[in-house]
Amino acid sequence: MTKLNVNGNAVEVDVDPETPLLWVLRDTMGLTGTKFGCGMALCGACTVHLDGQPVRSCQIPVSAIGDKPVTTIEGLSKDRSHPVQKAWIEHDVPQCGYCQSGQIMSASALLEAKPKPSDADIDAAMAGNICRCGTYQRIRAAIRRAAEIKSGRA
Amino acid sequence: MSANPIFSRRAFVGGLVIAISLPGCKPSPKSSGELKVIEPNAWLRIGTDNSITFLCDKTEMGQGVYTALPMLIAEELGVSLEQIKVEFAPPGDQYINNLIGGQITGGSTSVRDGWEKLRKAGATARHLLVSAAADEWGVDPRSCKVANGVILSPQFKKLTFGEVAEAASKLPAPKDVPLKPASQFTMIGKPQRRKDTPSKVDGTAVYGIDVKLPGMLYAALAQSPTLGGSVKTFNDEKARTMPGVVAVVLTSSGVAVAADSWWRAKKARDALTIEWDAGPNAALNDAKITQMLRKGAAGEGRVARNDGDAAAAIKGAARVVRADYELPLLAHATLEPQNCTADVRADGADIYVPTQVQQIAQATAAKAAGLDPKVVNVHTTFLGGGFGRRLEVDFIPAAVEVSKALKKPVKLVWTREDDMTHDAYRPPAFDQVTGAFDAKGKLIAWNLHLTGPSITSRMFPSVTEKMVDPFAVEAAANYPYDVPNVHVDFQQQEIGINVGYWRSVSHALNCFVAESFMDELAVAAKKNPYEFRKALLEKQPRFLKVLDMVAKEAKFGYPQRGHFHGLAVMEGYGTYMAQVVEVSLDTGPNAGKIKVHRVWCAADCGQQINPDTVVAQIESSIIFGLSALLWGEINLQNGRVQQTNFDSYRVARMTDAPRIDCYVIDSTESPGGIGEPATALVAPAVCNAIFSGTGRRLRSLPLSRHRLA
Repeated sequence: MTKLNVNGNAVEVDVDPETPLLWVLRDTMGLTGTKFGCGMALCGACTVHLDGQPVRSCQIPVSAIGDKPVTTIEGLSKDRSHPVQKAWIEHDVPQCGYCQSGQIMSASALLEAKPKPSDADIDAAMAGNICRCGTYQRIRAAIRRAAEIKSGRA
Repeated sequence: MSANPIFSRRAFVGGLVIAISLPGCKPSPKSSGELKVIEPNAWLRIGTDNSITFLCDKTEMGQGVYTALPMLIAEELGVSLEQIKVEFAPPGDQYINNLIGGQITGGSTSVRDGWEKLRKAGATARHLLVSAAADEWGVDPRSCKVANGVILSPQFKKLTFGEVAEAASKLPAPKDVPLKPASQFTMIGKPQRRKDTPSKVDGTAVYGIDVKLPGMLYAALAQSPTLGGSVKTFNDEKARTMPGVVAVVLTSSGVAVAADSWWRAKKARDALTIEWDAGPNAALNDAKITQMLRKGAAGEGRVARNDGDAAAAIKGAARVVRADYELPLLAHATLEPQNCTADVRADGADIYVPTQVQQIAQATAAKAAGLDPKVVNVHTTFLGGGFGRRLEVDFIPAAVEVSKALKKPVKLVWTREDDMTHDAYRPPAFDQVTGAFDAKGKLIAWNLHLTGPSITSRMFPSVTEKMVDPFAVEAAANYPYDVPNVHVDFQQQEIGINVGYWRSVSHALNCFVAESFMDELAVAAKKNPYEFRKALLEKQPRFLKVLDMVAKEAKFGYPQRGHFHGLAVMEGYGTYMAQVVEVSLDTGPNAGKIKVHRVWCAADCGQQINPDTVVAQIESSIIFGLSALLWGEINLQNGRVQQTNFDSYRVARMTDAPRIDCYVIDSTESPGGIGEPATALVAPAVCNAIFSGTGRRLRSLPLSRHRLA
């Protein structure tokens, strides 16, 4: 059994230790908000927070997690109240929406590290997240908006 | 009528369908008696609990039908958008797309197909509900008003839709209900928040890959690495002993491994030893495809347009300009890999699938299961990208066959590599274009000879038996310029592998040729590309408007210092469009690398439904076209696709995304399609800008093939 701390809950999962975190989240725990896109850390659809840092869950064996807390899109807020989610709704960012959990997890980690990100900061933080619907312009605008919401400039 | 058992219990009474206690409808807690649900037509269910459900007959793949289509209903029904719950419709002839002839989401037709029939569906239901209320009050229905699902009498009495639903179901359906004129629209054309956004920012939206059924197994599939190959023999000794593996099943698509988790299924799949029969494409490669197309081009194609006598005009012309253009195979690369969940039982089946073709999916699953389509239910999920990829059903049979063999629900998921190497690729093209001027410098002839494989001859052969493939000659047969002699023909040349519909289909191929060549002609005529086009579009007011608008907004011809402008125009799907791009050539460490800084797009798509979605679709299409332009190509070696993942098949990322400014014409013309056309203009516009900056005319894509430094 592997012990994990996911979205604030301590859980035990019976999986092969080399199983990537992504598949434990999706298939074992039913947290399907985190998506499979490439399996090679190229697309970012599987991005979650590990100890607050954005990571590609398709590349991390579950045995490597230890007691570091994992946060998925389901744990970002209970009611879509995270500033990034609010801004995403305001800008109607998603189209097909498949990449958006990963985009939101990358964006929320960026704003924790840099509350007022520059364009270059946004480029660097978001470059690993592919959106085939090409919502990049809205993502950029929504990150700026989320920064405002977060700093209380609602 | 319908092939779905849910609908076979319906009683048709004068065109009105009453379905009491539909399967799956539970009485709401508030309802004291039995919840009754009326179905005034195929798209609406109105419950005695005031619930309003729209059965969305089109697939939501990002293009916004989940919001725009209920807007059409809400406008006439007299409810707010929030009051409508959206469910995806099952397969059924009542949902056939009139513009295509099947239950198909594609061809930028969703709004155009629904424009009249969904407004009528809303208006008819409203008429029945108001008539029932008016009967109860003994007043003239025309004296009643409706707002937010509440009917108001002239004496200010109120009845909700739910309260009169049952009575309404007993009334005869009206023959012809008038629709609101555009001047009275309160919802259509007014920006509405997308109804699917909340579930797409909290991870709760269910895509095909997220489906989970009780007792479900997971499956991974090994397919022939050579396109068109098949399994000769396989050894599953090791795979069968691996943890969690339940069975190895030989399917019509390859060898599948079913296990208690997808990761275990995939690991065991990778442990299979398979000897493949490479099949007819064992020696197919890029050079062979190019050779086949060039050779095929010698033939005379089927004529798509013939004005005047282009051949004679070219023969007698003072000046003739000719060029050949070539385009590569492309993958769709939807971010959600192909998948299907099947639950096959002896007496029926359910399949849960991200599909753009519900009826074809049903027929395909039925055939694979050996069942009558009538007992196969298709449940459409959200799609993690469509772009035409999910008009194909190649990912369905294996899931069905494994479920049938194991008598358990099975979710079969492709890897990214499976997806990239087993697509129905956008067709390659070899196109020859000729323009001719008379002695006064007037453009007197335009001839486009297209050569490539036909998608439609595989997908809908009955169409191409009678006529030229209409999806091979878009943005060519409707050549808009005022030229007296125009000839367009398409020479079908198959290449041995399946080609598929890819966002904007042949528009993206032909607009690249037509609009790049338009600049070549402008250069030959020593004219400014904007002025040259404008003079030949004098009789096309909708074109002129977008051309002028985009030229003005972009200050065409006056780019930032060191940057270059390019222009393209096109009509597609009933939408008129013009784009200007601003590019620069990197002189730093990435010398020769093109940077697209800005894109301006003016569009006249007639009446807009949800204006913000119109803009979103233009933005989306431009980025999609940009990926293809910059890097998109699928290469074959010995019949095997060389690109496998997003490292070898590069697509646009945040850092590549230009600023996009959209200008949409306010119009009450019938709606045009908007999900695709903008895809096609970006490549010629950028190549025209590159010519403007470097004097080099690029007649093949992607740009990564060319060294510009």
